[in-house]
Amino acid sequence: MLYLDAGKYAPYVWPAYAITVVVFVWLIGDSLMRARRWRRAVEAREKDAAADNHERDAAE
Amino acid sequence: MVLMRRELALSWGRGGGPMLAVAFYAAMATLLPLATGPAPSQLAVVAPGSAWLALALASLLSLERLFERDYEDGALDLLALGPAPLELVAAAKCLAQWITTAAPLALAAPVAAVALGASTALMPLICITALIGGLGFCFCGGIGAALSLGSRRGGLLIAVIVLPLFAPPVIFGAGAIEAYAGGLDWRTPLLFLCAYSLATAGLGPFAMAAACRNALS
Amino acid sequence: MFAFLYNPDRFMAFSRWAAPLFGAIAAVLAVVGLWLDFAAPPDYQQGYTIHVMFIHVPASMMSLFVYLCLAVASFLGLVFRQPLADAAARAAAPLGAGLTLLALVTGSLWGKPMWGTWWVWDARLTSELVLLLFYLGYMALQAAIDDEARAARACAILALVGVVNLPIVVFSVDWWNTLHQGSTLFAPSGQGLAPVYVPPFLIMIVAYLGAFGALWLVRIRAEVWRRRANVLAVRAAR
Repeated sequence: MLYLDAGKYAPYVWPAYAITVVVFVWLIGDSLMRARRWRRAVEAREKDAAADNHERDAAE
Repeated sequence: MVLMRRELALSWGRGGGPMLAVAFYAAMATLLPLATGPAPSQLAVVAPGSAWLALALASLLSLERLFERDYEDGALDLLALGPAPLELVAAAKCLAQWITTAAPLALAAPVAAVALGASTALMPLICITALIGGLGFCFCGGIGAALSLGSRRGGLLIAVIVLPLFAPPVIFGAGAIEAYAGGLDWRTPLLFLCAYSLATAGLGPFAMAAACRNALS
Repeated sequence: MFAFLYNPDRFMAFSRWAAPLFGAIAAVLAVVGLWLDFAAPPDYQQGYTIHVMFIHVPASMMSLFVYLCLAVASFLGLVFRQPLADAAARAAAPLGAGLTLLALVTGSLWGKPMWGTWWVWDARLTSELVLLLFYLGYMALQAAIDDEARAARACAILALVGVVNLPIVVFSVDWWNTLHQGSTLFAPSGQGLAPVYVPPFLIMIVAYLGAFGALWLVRIRAEVWRRRANVLAVRAAR
């Protein structure tokens, strides 16, 4: 069904696909990790800010 | 006019201005045969092109100081507020740079090329292309220098930014020389080189002024 | 209608569903495209290497498209002073660089069996290389300036200068190759593409487009959060 026999072109075709996969995995991973990291940072800081406000209100 | 005189004086005195550029150029011309082997036929082939390339690299040298000295001691702030528009200031700086470094280099380039094995018939054309291309290099370099004001690693950063901008004049200039050597149409690339240099001279100052204003803000 | 373009909150709401959607579409299309690609018999002329075309041409097309997106975002950020546009430009750069790198490497791997050489200085490859240098310079400039607003503006100027320069580079290298006629004659890809290859080819292009869209949205979201986190940090320090 699928023609997967590359014959003499194998050392060119498969590395091309391999590096495409590698670059995409890296881009996807980096982008998602970045997004997660900063979203967590915002959530953490918002929680801190809320906690500070609570303390301030309680102290008054 | 006063501005031009000041810029000329500055760039002439700055770090030994033209002498440094010429010395660098001579060093490159010396290193080239050491790198490629002294075989005259080999050298002669790359001679005009590499003489041209060395020109581009030598122009990179004094770029970092183009705006930086004025930026550091606050003169750039004054110039930005002064009567002359910042675009004109930037243009004056690049022109002064061109006169003090590109002109001597334009004289040194044919000599170096011949020393590397290019035919002496090429000398006038090499001189002319070096002058015209030098204009493009100075203004493109000015864009890079203005953009990296206030950043770290100024010199190297300028080179990286400016490389894509240097590609067309390098191609056209070397192409013109090679075409002339090969008896082909050399006027077309020369015209393109002129067009590019004039375009950068005309449009570059706007980018430079914007970059300077950005750095001063 | 276009509020999601400049209003950060609207953008976040939009990208929340748009990014995964684009990603899912891209993934599905990639699978379908690759399946059709390998289900087709090897090309009469190019043999098995035709399969590299399906990942090379979309990558190079996208590298230019991302460049355009970066330039437009830079322009909007510079002229209309939109921080979201600045964030978009900054986010696009690494994606563009990655795609350009892919285009160059896969192109080289395609060229060796096809034309017998790893590299040739024709207009396309050379300008692609210059494009990579531009992306690297852009990212270097971004990293070298500490003040974010200033960095964004400097990079925007660089992007606009670069977008004017790239066609000139293409033109100059093209001219230069006609000067050196006879050294290499590069047959452009896609010429006389057999009909059986056209659907997977188009599908792969759309897949790459979807992938860029998804990743770009994700990265802009990361940028928005990063700026928000910094603002909150400054506020907390008071």
